Amino acid sequence: MINFEYIRASSVKAAVDALAKNPTGKFIAGGTNLIDLMKRGVTAPTRLIDINDLPLKQVEETTDGINIGALAINSEVSENELIKNNFPLLSMAFAAGASAQLRNMATVGGNMMQRTRCSYFYDTTMPCNKRQPGSGCGALQGHNRMHAIFGASDKCIAVHPSDMCVALAALNATVSISGPKGNRKIPFTDFHRLPEDKPELDNTLQKGEIITGVLIPKNNFNKNHYLKIRDRASYAFALISVAAALEMDVDTIKKVNIAMGGVAHKPWRMTEAEKFLVGKKATRENFSKAAELAMKSAKGYGHNNFKLKMAPIAITESLMIATGIV
Amino acid sequence: MDKNCKNESRRDFLKKSTALAALAAASPALVKAGENDERIAALFEKIPLNLEINGKAYSLTVEPRVTLLDLLREQLHLTGTKKGCDYGQCGACTVHVNGKRINSCLSLAVMNEGKKITTIEGLADGDKLHPMQDAFIKHDGFQCGYCTPGQIMSALACINEGHANSRDEIREFMSGNICRCGAYPNIVDAVLEVKKGGQSS
Repeated sequence: MINFEYIRASSVKAAVDALAKNPTGKFIAGGTNLIDLMKRGVTAPTRLIDINDLPLKQVEETTDGINIGALAINSEVSENELIKNNFPLLSMAFAAGASAQLRNMATVGGNMMQRTRCSYFYDTTMPCNKRQPGSGCGALQGHNRMHAIFGASDKCIAVHPSDMCVALAALNATVSISGPKGNRKIPFTDFHRLPEDKPELDNTLQKGEIITGVLIPKNNFNKNHYLKIRDRASYAFALISVAAALEMDVDTIKKVNIAMGGVAHKPWRMTEAEKFLVGKKATRENFSKAAELAMKSAKGYGHNNFKLKMAPIAITESLMIATGIV
Repeated sequence: MDKNCKNESRRDFLKKSTALAALAAASPALVKAGENDERIAALFEKIPLNLEINGKAYSLTVEPRVTLLDLLREQLHLTGTKKGCDYGQCGACTVHVNGKRINSCLSLAVMNEGKKITTIEGLADGDKLHPMQDAFIKHDGFQCGYCTPGQIMSALACINEGHANSRDEIREFMSGNICRCGAYPNIVDAVLEVKKGGQSS
């Protein structure tokens, strides 16, 4: 690992200032992805600003929902009673991600900031527009079994690897951001972006900004499920995951939010399928039709064509498990 | 080898040469920073670090890039904690920080200021093994043994977290520890036995 300057920030403002003074610096929280990338030479910040002392570890109820600090630890949020009782979908998504050790290190903000696990991004001898803009995409014609079926571009077909983010997208969360120009809030679904012709940008965070927390609004979702399909039973990134949250009135769907992981450069909300399901009965047939609608813009790249078949089945299955009709 | 170099270990030599390589690799950024010698000094500064390892207080200095794993093994010679993949994929480097299991290969040593670290060396009471160590021996929870320190540290945490209530739950919550010999069924037996005995660290 190339050495760097290490400093500890004691306040959000100090952290933002420290980054502004060194644009090739980075914030470090849990470090589970950043240190991995630094060891492999994918990134080499000249300054690390340790933000672990910042007072952003809260998981607290607010009048309209719950406020989770950017530095709240994944395992602690996952097992928090407020989260388990009111946002079980988020707990399930956390539990499906990484390993117990990594969940004890990873923070909520860091989870959002993690980079793709595309092997061409990690292999510094291969072309990758995300790692080195303009160098090409190795995955497009290469081994792309893990890659995107929605919203990809000819510059990048990588997927975002997070489970937590898929649940937060389904739960209509909001991201709190602080930066040199002040504070702002954006919908969670606008935080990550599609690759388009700038795959080097994973998200819409502006220069010098820091995530301070995530707000999840109250909801009446009484049926939830996070389905994760992967190559082994545990501790693997998703081939496909489906977060399903439904508000049921007996057997009629009053409201439903669905998001998928492992299929796009960002958590993939399925608004058309959601619209179709509102007011309908929870049946396998309706769920399958919704899944069909969700797949309209899907596209395979060869090795990942199996996802085109697997995804609609996963959507249907997750909705069925959530509503208990399996 | 030159007689004068005898006292300089290969490891020390490598340390010096990598520092020089880093200087060379970082040169474009440093040319600018070179206007300010203080910044170069800061880049290579060793940072003071105080921590407690297995109940013993340490006052150390480390380079920022040294991981907790490398600090334990290379600087303090606590080689019970193993380096498997060095990328957080295998769990061989699992230690407890303030009672929580983590991958020490993905934690910078300097980020652990003031924390309490427990490694495999901290479990036994003199010659008396910890019950989890006994259980691994009794149930043959290893073959080559390389992953075992990590497995044992993880297994203790698994029980302390309350995630050892069934074989399935143990398997799920021990999935961050890979055993290439495939001793998994025996590892689960060992964890279950300690859990049932009501014993933990």
